[in-house]
Amino acid sequence: MPDVSRLTLKEAVSLAREEGPEKIIESLAQRVLQVGSKTNAYLHFDPDRIERAHKAGALHGVPISIKDNISTRGWETTCASKILVGYIPPYDATVIEKLREGGATLFGKCNMDEFAFGSSSETSAFGPVRNPWDLERVPGGSSGGSAAAVASGEAIAALGTDTGGSIRLPAAFCGVVGLKPTYGRVSRYGLIAFGSSFDQIGPLTQTVEDAAILMNVIAGHDERDSTSANLAVPDYTQSLHRPVKGLKIGLPKEYFVKGMDPEIEASVREAAKVYKTLGAEIKEVSLPHTHHSVAVYYIVAVAEASSNLGRFDGVEYGFRATNSTLRDLYFETRDLGFGEEAKRRILLGTFVLSAGYYEAYYRKGQKVRTLIRQDFEKAFKEVDLLLTPVSPTPPFKLGEKMTDPLTMYLSDIFTISVNLAGVPAMSLPCGFTKTNLPIGMQLIAQPFAEETIFQAAHAYEQETQWFKRKPKL
Amino acid sequence: MNPALLEMVPVIGLEVHVQLKTRSKLFCSSANEFGAEPNKNTCPVCLGLPGSLPVLNREALRLAVKVGLALNCQISGRIKFDRKNYFYPDLPKAYQISQYDMPVNGRGFLEIETREGIRKVGITRAHLEEDAGKLLHEGIKDGSLVDYNRAGVPLLEIVSEPEIRSPEEAHEYLTALKAILQYLDVSDCDMEKGSLRCDANVSVRPKGETKLGTKVEIKNMNSFKAVQKALEYEIKRQSNAVENGEKLVQETRLWNESKGQTFSMRSKEFAHDYRYFPEPDLVPFTFSRAEAEEIRKTLPELPAARAKRLMKQYGIPEKDAFRLVQDKKLVEYYEACIAQKVNPKMTSNWILSELLGNLNEKGLSIAQSPIAAVDSAGLIRLIENNTISGKMAKDVLPEMIETGKSAEAIVKEKGLVQVTDTKAIEQAVEKALQANPKSLEDFKAGKRQALGFLVGQVMKETQGKANPKLVNEILEKKLKAC
Repeated sequence: MPDVSRLTLKEAVSLAREEGPEKIIESLAQRVLQVGSKTNAYLHFDPDRIERAHKAGALHGVPISIKDNISTRGWETTCASKILVGYIPPYDATVIEKLREGGATLFGKCNMDEFAFGSSSETSAFGPVRNPWDLERVPGGSSGGSAAAVASGEAIAALGTDTGGSIRLPAAFCGVVGLKPTYGRVSRYGLIAFGSSFDQIGPLTQTVEDAAILMNVIAGHDERDSTSANLAVPDYTQSLHRPVKGLKIGLPKEYFVKGMDPEIEASVREAAKVYKTLGAEIKEVSLPHTHHSVAVYYIVAVAEASSNLGRFDGVEYGFRATNSTLRDLYFETRDLGFGEEAKRRILLGTFVLSAGYYEAYYRKGQKVRTLIRQDFEKAFKEVDLLLTPVSPTPPFKLGEKMTDPLTMYLSDIFTISVNLAGVPAMSLPCGFTKTNLPIGMQLIAQPFAEETIFQAAHAYEQETQWFKRKPKL
Repeated sequence: MNPALLEMVPVIGLEVHVQLKTRSKLFCSSANEFGAEPNKNTCPVCLGLPGSLPVLNREALRLAVKVGLALNCQISGRIKFDRKNYFYPDLPKAYQISQYDMPVNGRGFLEIETREGIRKVGITRAHLEEDAGKLLHEGIKDGSLVDYNRAGVPLLEIVSEPEIRSPEEAHEYLTALKAILQYLDVSDCDMEKGSLRCDANVSVRPKGETKLGTKVEIKNMNSFKAVQKALEYEIKRQSNAVENGEKLVQETRLWNESKGQTFSMRSKEFAHDYRYFPEPDLVPFTFSRAEAEEIRKTLPELPAARAKRLMKQYGIPEKDAFRLVQDKKLVEYYEACIAQKVNPKMTSNWILSELLGNLNEKGLSIAQSPIAAVDSAGLIRLIENNTISGKMAKDVLPEMIETGKSAEAIVKEKGLVQVTDTKAIEQAVEKALQANPKSLEDFKAGKRQALGFLVGQVMKETQGKANPKLVNEILEKKLKAC
């Protein structure tokens, strides 16, 4: 009997369809008990509280793990922040409703950077997540818990969220597949907002096919989310086996820069060669405004975040520091409840929106954002996909980038433009460093062209089989 | 120049917040209902729970455009919302979704009745925004309670140009605006229930001066009368300050109804920078001219148009017509009376002075009138055909209110039928003349007052039932003949 906790989602669904999901759930729970304290991937996991499916759906009861910024009715949802300790949402996010309809078992809530502010899952108020490939290193962030759980076998598949790279970076660092859908493809209703015009929920899985299976369940229009696209959802699994012959893949020259890790560059260029052998056409393209992305993001996204986090004030739910006066209630609750990075971003966001600075920062940032989006539009006139690295460095050590926030922000350099433009992108394994640390590559497509990504990703994955290598945890 | 010699002229602008009577709130499907049990009409969206998202209530937009059209506003071709960020416990998201730079309704105007006739007052803008919840402090130990039923209710904020020139005009503006809103049936406009709220901005400047004085905002006025009184007080206060060479502070002051004064609000520790930015959760969309025209087709006959029609159709004076149309129920009452074929001018006079006067005394509005329009018409008909005199009718009216009986019934019961029989009046006149020879002498000597006295005596003789006009005629004739 194969180790059921190492089944892919596809295999698990197959098994569960025949025999039910219990063995899988039990085996997974065992694994969490076994290695959970090492990875700290879960914030809320209790074998007695696993919520089984009431429907068969497409998933037949297979357990899915959820990042803790997605509202789950009856489950404490904290965004890894002290300020939401004790907050139990009275409603499910739309993706959770869809998972339930799809027959998923809700397995547990995953650890993350506090309020998704981070690239390493170190800012969690409940301890950092550790990379299963090397417990002294970060799993990437902010969906580090989701990615680590999938990598370590503590989850079959998970949901994460991506605002500036928070699905793709941890996917790359943990050697798993992570997809950020097109903005508007998946409903944000119930996702505790960071950057309202950036956020998307997406799958973190062991294989590309698994990601397609999950996308089929969670994607789609939602009346409760005015930014969700009113477009039909194709069957993403249908695109997996389409050949890549004739596909045009662009390598943007701005993403292969001096100072990036040579192993990573080599790995991604090697992937390009693989695509060539598969019959794809490789060419160099340019996204000339790329060097503005980090600055634009850390103005516009944090502005939205500062407004979105205003509601955490101790009045209605979550942590309340004191009842003395209204002023103290606000000041002390937010002082004690928020971590450093959250405060930093709230201050920054408040500043760029304030009188006298709005025009120069926020509005200017949004204008440059349009230029960045136009870069992609122009590039997609020449190619079907873009191929880039995900991270400028391999997984770094815990604490290594925590002293200088700007250094941490630069981890997002290859992922951020994607959120600014709203296009879909996937990170999938494309190799390992000499020290057996995962390297990820990024495939970017036009809006609502996830099928093209699945097509190219699956072909590469099947050709190279990187997903077969697992951490020795 | 001696300040005391300057005539200070007020400059007034009014901001009115109107709750639109949609079935559900502006951004969610929770019920828009006054007086429900606290926090009953709530959901994740209007509670501002993490992860919730707004969805625009299109009916609220339609009602907003309706008002904009009625106020002759430019309707925006693009519908866009903005976040207004600040912290207060009645604001669950710590921001209000409002409209900053692209209000649904742009510049417009409405017409008000003033002493100098009908005047236009400009409207700067009218935009959509969500209401906040309600805080309860009274009787609560160690804190306050918050009720979010009102959070998310659609508001239309209507801002006038600073073109209102007196507290009276402010009252007229509010009355005219309320009438329009009632005709459109977009709101209950009930200041007591908070479905209509008003803040005022007022400054003074010397007559002829073009530069504006220091502007003061006044809040906490709970009726149109209160707005008028508060403005009167504030204008006096500001004028006195200027005349005494005192500097005025730009501030917000609260009207205290019981004291009849405005008081400065405790200075706020933090100046409000609302950090407006476009609401990312609501996608801006186009609102076409065609859509606006569709809504225009549903507009009813509005007060100004109705007044003009009444003047044309019934020949009643402009002042009366405008007064009648200010209350939809009043003009409907009027037209229901006219439908009974009584004289329109007499009817408007009667309703505006006698009926409303009596109702006001009893604290009743026309909607609460115990006398139906048909019955008022009945009373007016009795005056018209000389069955009773106008004076007698003034006594019959309160009886009708008290007893609920018809005019005809009361007149019959009390035997109030006017005496128009000339013979009977002649007899009474004879009697009066005989009983008062001195008055006859006085009249002959040129004292006209004696006539009045004699008329009174005749009325007494006929127990007030004689038709006063006939009495005058017959008495004059007889006196001349003497």
